[in-house]
Amino acid sequence: MLKHLKQGLASAVAVATLAMPLTATAELTDGKLKIGVLSDMSGVYKALEGPGAVIAAKMAIEDFGGSVLGQPVEVISADHQNKPDIGASTAREWIDAEEVDMITALDNSSVALSVQGLANDKKVITMNTGAGTTALTEEQCTPYGIHYVYDTHALPVGTATAMVKNGGKSWFFITADYAFGHSLRDNTGAVVESLGGEVVGNVNAPLSTNDFSSYLLQAQSSGADVIGLANAGQDTVNAIKQANQFRIVQSGQKLAGMLVFITDVHSMGLDIAQGLQFTTAFVWNQNDETRAWSERFFERHGAMPTMVHAGVYSAVTNYLKAVKETGTDDSDTVRAKLGEMTLNDMFVKDGSILPNGTMLHDMYLVEVKKPEESESEWDLLRVVSKIPADQAFIPLSESKCSLVN
Amino acid sequence: MSIQVILAQALLGLNVGVFYAMLSLGLAVIFGLLNIINFAHGAMYMLGAFIALIGYSLLEQWFGISLQIGFWASLLVAPVIVGILGVLIERLMLKRLYELDHIYGLLLTFGITLILQGLFANYFNVSGTPYPGQPEALSGVVNLGFMYFPTYRLFAIVFSLVVCFATWWAIEHTKLGSRLRAGVENPDLTQAFGLNVPLMVTLTFAFGAGLAGLAGVLAAPIYSVSPLMGADLIIVVFAVVVIGGMGSIMGAILSGLALGLVEGLTKVFYPPAASTVIFFLMVLVLLFRPAGLFGKEK
Repeated sequence: MLKHLKQGLASAVAVATLAMPLTATAELTDGKLKIGVLSDMSGVYKALEGPGAVIAAKMAIEDFGGSVLGQPVEVISADHQNKPDIGASTAREWIDAEEVDMITALDNSSVALSVQGLANDKKVITMNTGAGTTALTEEQCTPYGIHYVYDTHALPVGTATAMVKNGGKSWFFITADYAFGHSLRDNTGAVVESLGGEVVGNVNAPLSTNDFSSYLLQAQSSGADVIGLANAGQDTVNAIKQANQFRIVQSGQKLAGMLVFITDVHSMGLDIAQGLQFTTAFVWNQNDETRAWSERFFERHGAMPTMVHAGVYSAVTNYLKAVKETGTDDSDTVRAKLGEMTLNDMFVKDGSILPNGTMLHDMYLVEVKKPEESESEWDLLRVVSKIPADQAFIPLSESKCSLVN
Repeated sequence: MSIQVILAQALLGLNVGVFYAMLSLGLAVIFGLLNIINFAHGAMYMLGAFIALIGYSLLEQWFGISLQIGFWASLLVAPVIVGILGVLIERLMLKRLYELDHIYGLLLTFGITLILQGLFANYFNVSGTPYPGQPEALSGVVNLGFMYFPTYRLFAIVFSLVVCFATWWAIEHTKLGSRLRAGVENPDLTQAFGLNVPLMVTLTFAFGAGLAGLAGVLAAPIYSVSPLMGADLIIVVFAVVVIGGMGSIMGAILSGLALGLVEGLTKVFYPPAASTVIFFLMVLVLLFRPAGLFGKEK
């Protein structure tokens, strides 16, 4: 009797499962589209991505109409705590249990590499807006991994070139001691040396170091023209603040923040940060279109968007466009479509996604304004020059990605 | 290698060393009198910093009290609160373990540490919140000739040195101190002379904890306030105590300062070894002078 009941139940379940695709839409594999925002929600990178990235993703979905192919689009988010294992296990759960179709944000290169690898095994698209390492599109590129906003090749091309040309020939690096920092230091060092400069020293500091004083003094005693900060977020802020406390810039050395976000500048204040040059993909008050979007973002987030926030908005929007135009959420089809599209929105002009996952777009060399030049709390940056997309990113012909060469 | 660089790193080393000294002093006092290896000492340090942070910026937001406890007031308030917590821990928990092996006290205080860290990690971010309340008067920079040094760090060094040596003097040269030492030497006999040894024990524990809390307040403006700030430091501080000699007050102070200096100077000569040089010395001391540099063989 019990056996019969069990068999009956089993077949009922089987029939129901078979019937499901018929009742749901034919286009989406699970009846809805789910986008995962996996970011550092509590640590050093919280301000540059974190909760703001979730808001940007939601804005993109709302502006798209809240649904695609007649089905609602959902956002799910989590904190990876800058730990690759936590990032990977969250992503695994999202893909297996939550049926997440695309994962975005992914600041922290170590987390990014582990999640991109996992998502590749599961055939899920990742649109990385937060991490820097070029390994994402080079040595460890995948058919489903897209690197959207900036990378450790694009950053030094603008900043280091400008500094070496202005006489900053010898460099000392303070490097965040993990994948991103090392990648940034090596790429920057290469740019410096290719322009006839030299790297005279390096010291590795652990991620989220509070006290940079002894590293800064080592940099000072090296006598280098430029102290290159191959780190990001709160680490960069701490290092620049303490360099100011120890009067390092005033003694004649220059600081080069290799990865600086507008939120960092805001947190340091113009008194400390003025004159600092760095490379970015987005300046919120560059034109009317960026300003309009950024002000909407500000109303919900309480801070102006970083290039990463704007990048999440753009990435999600273009992903949804690709899903809509192909009529499916199948990763291979959507990825192929993304590769054909020319991306144009408030974040990117004439952008394109290469087979290795690099999103080609222009970058900007900017300088932090002097206090007297700033007209409002967030009016912090002045664009010095545009770095054309083909110079900013590694050309396909030199790519180490196995999908290309 | 210029003398300037050496002096600069030595001064930064001293900056770290005063924190080692203050913490290892508290540990040494507690170990001397209670025979307890207080693993919660790092958590007390962390707690001191958080009390300063909460008192400065969160009282209104959290409790609706429109009161701001500034840095100077925190130097008093935080050690008192941490000291009271110390009394509770000693009276309610540690007291039950005195008859047992050291390891039980260590395990208990380790558990307390994990609970406190977990609680704070729940509400605050692990990578640290900057303490905004550094007094204006200490915000400048002093030109020392060989380097520019932030005024606040200089203040922290001088203030901690004063506290350390005042504590040493009180224990070695006052009547209260001599009673404490008698209690350490022979609790039963001291009690027989009519001194309230259990009370002395409680107050000593509270004092040691308060000292850690005070160090936490001093550290807050230099390092960010983070739930793990104590955990990062306590292991080194244990090594300092081992090198100085368990239970030796002067040993704890001097070895704290000296090891801060050694660490700083290592950064000049061979930076990668800076984080391990103290442990290397600890191994050497344990091998050749197990009671520590200032400790007596029992």
